[in-house]
Amino acid sequence: MTDDLRASATTHEPLLSVQHLQKIYPTPGGPIEAVRDLTFELRSGEFACLVGPSGSGKTTLLKCISGLMAPTSGTVTLDGKLVDGPPRKMALVFQEYGRSLYPWLRVDGNVELPLRAAGIPKAERQERVAEALDAVGLAHVPHSYPWQLSGGMQQRVAIARAVAYRPEVLLMDEPFAAVDAQTRADLEDLVRSVWKRLGLTVLFVTHDIDESVYLAERVIMLSSSPTIVQEDLRIDLPEERDQLETRSLPRFVELRHHVYEQIQKAKRGFNADAA
Amino acid sequence: MRILKTIAAVLTLPILLIVLWWIATIDSTNPFVPRPGRLVEDFVTVWLGPLLVEQVLPSLARLGIGLGSAIVAGIALGVLIGSNRIVSKILGPVLEFIRAVPPPVLLPVLMMLMGIGDGPKVFLIALGCVWPILLNTVDGVRSVDGVLSDTTRTYAIHGWDRLRFFVLPAALPRIMTGIRLALPISIILMVVSEMYAISGGGLGSQIIYFQRTFQNGPMWAGILVLGLLGVVMALLFRWIERWMLAWYYGQREAEYSDR
Repeated sequence: MTDDLRASATTHEPLLSVQHLQKIYPTPGGPIEAVRDLTFELRSGEFACLVGPSGSGKTTLLKCISGLMAPTSGTVTLDGKLVDGPPRKMALVFQEYGRSLYPWLRVDGNVELPLRAAGIPKAERQERVAEALDAVGLAHVPHSYPWQLSGGMQQRVAIARAVAYRPEVLLMDEPFAAVDAQTRADLEDLVRSVWKRLGLTVLFVTHDIDESVYLAERVIMLSSSPTIVQEDLRIDLPEERDQLETRSLPRFVELRHHVYEQIQKAKRGFNADAA
Repeated sequence: MRILKTIAAVLTLPILLIVLWWIATIDSTNPFVPRPGRLVEDFVTVWLGPLLVEQVLPSLARLGIGLGSAIVAGIALGVLIGSNRIVSKILGPVLEFIRAVPPPVLLPVLMMLMGIGDGPKVFLIALGCVWPILLNTVDGVRSVDGVLSDTTRTYAIHGWDRLRFFVLPAALPRIMTGIRLALPISIILMVVSEMYAISGGGLGSQIIYFQRTFQNGPMWAGILVLGLLGVVMALLFRWIERWMLAWYYGQREAEYSDR
């Protein structure tokens, strides 16, 4: 497995590289170290999940990667360029779908706005909007307002907006934490199909262990705060995933078990340095 | 049926008050006390004639231009102050000072500086109306949602696009509140400025003229015109607000029905 990784590392430069990232928040009660020392790389086309116990600085990490927040030390590079503000080639899907869509714009307007700001001609914009809405199964509601839709559908709009933007890296911050289980399963399959179809690189943050194993090709486990990478695990499940079949594979259960144990260890304060 | 009920609820008290007023003044011979019948008569004969064009329209024009300038200036300044801490710190104290001066007090000074024409009146209306709009715009711009703001940044929506598609719509509910508060101020300042500077004509100066020439009926009818103007403006504004903020009320309703 290590040979395999090394081989591919030489053929592909990493698309996204996080090196010794540290984030300390100054607070009135003294500085709080949310992220201590994080290093990992994503190759183009990878689907990786970041899992960690709650409060493990996942959102902080994602904000640093997306250029919304400057790290205290360490670097994030995308395509060899240092990230010091939101890069053009990245799109971010938030957990709070209700607050990430513009309530005064209709569904198609929401998807179109980033393209409009990027100066893309109208005809192409319309084409890309229609395509993206079709890809997420929302071709029938382009003229609804987001608040007229269910939570799951609103998150689909957010995903369509990200897809239409054609990013190289799609960051998702616990995107399905606030939707019901049924919708969640549908959205998981949707994200995987979009990932495959468009050849995106996806970094998906979640606290749900099952979800991370089901979705990703690779699971990066974080320790509890101050955060470091606890383990970087390849998910060697068949590429075709199915909510019922994949989840009942013995290998799925094993992997799930393993990730679960690691997260439990992290919660108890196990530290990879100390071990 | 529901509409009938609403209309009944709105009209019951006014009708009752008018009936009471009518009964109370039925034997009155005091020329200073208005009576409902006479009032309506004076309103129709005096105000719905040439006076409407000669005196009411100029007043409305001043009010419109003054209020319009206040809206434009209030929103522009409000966006600037609301989105820039440094500008806010520099302008803040000066604005607080100007705001503390009651606008009518400035009228004599304004007339000396700008003459006795429409200029000082329009300026006074704008000056008085700008504060609620400005302050509400500042608050609206400062309280934009953090997630939506991050979304706007990650999708590289900057400058004019950011203003037009994010900041202004997000602040619009507050801006509309500011304008609603400015409406009565605009009427008050219109009348006060016209009463002070009679030569230019207008509703206020006409009312003063009737009062000084002991034409009490037409004077009272003029006050009725002002009242009606206030009601019409409020209704018109509510209609515009409902239309411009349809998304806001729709979203609020959707949130309530979720619970």
